[in-house]
Amino acid sequence: MSYFFQLVVSGIVVGSIYALSALGFVLIYKSSRVLNIAHGQIIAVGAFITYALTVWANIPIFISLVFSMGITFFLAMSVERVFLRRLIGEPIISVIMVTIGLMSILDGLVYLTPFGSENFSFPEFLPTTPIGFGGVSISWTQMVGVIITIIMIAAFSWFFKKSTVGISMRAVSDDQLASMSIGISVPKVFGLAWAMAGLSAAAAGSIIGNITGLNFETLHAFGIVVFPVVILGGLDSILGAVVAGIIMGLIQQFASGYLDGNWGLNGTGGVAPYIILLVILLFKPHGLFGIHEIERV
Amino acid sequence: MTQLIVSGVTLTFGGLHALSNVNITIEPGLITSIIGPNGAGKTSLLNCVSGFYHPTKGEIKYGDRRLTHASPHQVSSIGIARAFQNLELFRGLSVLDNLLLARHQKLRYNILQAIIYFGKASRVEAENRAYVEKVIDFMELELYRKKTVGNLSYGIQKRVEVARALTLAPKLLLLDEPMAGMNIEEKEDIVRFILDLKKEWDITIVLVEHDLGVVMDISDQVYVLDFGEVIGSGKPKEIASNPEVIKAYIGEE
Repeated sequence: MSYFFQLVVSGIVVGSIYALSALGFVLIYKSSRVLNIAHGQIIAVGAFITYALTVWANIPIFISLVFSMGITFFLAMSVERVFLRRLIGEPIISVIMVTIGLMSILDGLVYLTPFGSENFSFPEFLPTTPIGFGGVSISWTQMVGVIITIIMIAAFSWFFKKSTVGISMRAVSDDQLASMSIGISVPKVFGLAWAMAGLSAAAAGSIIGNITGLNFETLHAFGIVVFPVVILGGLDSILGAVVAGIIMGLIQQFASGYLDGNWGLNGTGGVAPYIILLVILLFKPHGLFGIHEIERV
Repeated sequence: MTQLIVSGVTLTFGGLHALSNVNITIEPGLITSIIGPNGAGKTSLLNCVSGFYHPTKGEIKYGDRRLTHASPHQVSSIGIARAFQNLELFRGLSVLDNLLLARHQKLRYNILQAIIYFGKASRVEAENRAYVEKVIDFMELELYRKKTVGNLSYGIQKRVEVARALTLAPKLLLLDEPMAGMNIEEKEDIVRFILDLKKEWDITIVLVEHDLGVVMDISDQVYVLDFGEVIGSGKPKEIASNPEVIKAYIGEE
């Protein structure tokens, strides 16, 4: 039984980071209907900036995290300003092509730095002995990571529920014409959505980097798992992203915990999200919390 | 009081002339109606004024401000508000929240002031709330204050649409077919609101409407558009006897 609980705990740890990663993706889609294929790259870049500041510039890790979130905030905002602003109103396929291009450019830039080819790991700044209770153990790094994730998600929900800017962002995603007519600057809201997405991506990337070590491929893979997560949650639901992130984390851990090693199976944790993705697309294409759009012809 | 002057405005989409060389003057304090058959360019004209479209040629001026290339949020910030022909409301929010959201774009405070919630923030919040309540009172929406907009009847939603434009405290209100699809009592209500807005609130009204009976009754000035051109203008009586207008509406023998 403690094996089961151990899987639940690690599932929640991984899942909450999925949730944070997916949050940014959903934010951009929700406000501007752009599928940001390059989200995984922004996650990786955020993680690398945190590492560079912590290790190379010798800044305490929490301060570098804040800096890194600030840098990706402006980075993502300028990406929107330079590349995506002029595509407002263009067909969705052009927008997707641009984000694919963006992904390649960021990939190329990362390969120019040491991060593209080497592995790095964050220096240990927390006790290395895991916290154990009743046969279930969780490392300090994971614990702190989950706590930061929860704080971030709570802050985001507060922001969208209560702040005027957050409510304006929801208004834009609900009805653009109406938002413009009451004086909301829609391009500004798009920029802000990207900026917030960049900020959350940097936080997610840095937490992953602390837990698993910095490896471009791993961070990449994280960015791709965001797709099944957001499809499960419904592309335009922030609550959906959080719930689906945790479900996906649990599924992954259960798959690798119970299936791997039996019946000659291996690496099922990596495949499970995509099997789920296919099943959802077949039976519930708008996800758990997404809006079911009906088109009348 | 400020005049809105549309001079020589032409709007083309590819080869299609939505508006050609339109000259219109909206006098302050009056009700100006724009009528014309479907597709005549009435909504396009409102879109140009409110910044959703930018004219291909010509100029739009509100007082000394040029609106020709202004964006919608800039237009709304100088006191020109608009209610849409097809409902554009935040359907998931209550009536009160729809109005407060609009009001917040006009009077706001920063996040620090919001956290302290003393001095500016609480004063602004109280002012906003008082103003919104005044609008709700005026548009007779008290019963629906807390109801989700998406669940209300069409006629009431149309009223919420007008109310939301009013919360921006406009000097000039653009109403795009506020009575479309309404029954007689609902139309009478809207007419009463429009007349009161002119008299008591000193708001200049631009009305796009198909119900000619209403237009002839309440307008001070009427412009007639057909195929993107102004084919007649003047007092309602003059319009009713203008042969060009009769031709556009009834056709030639």
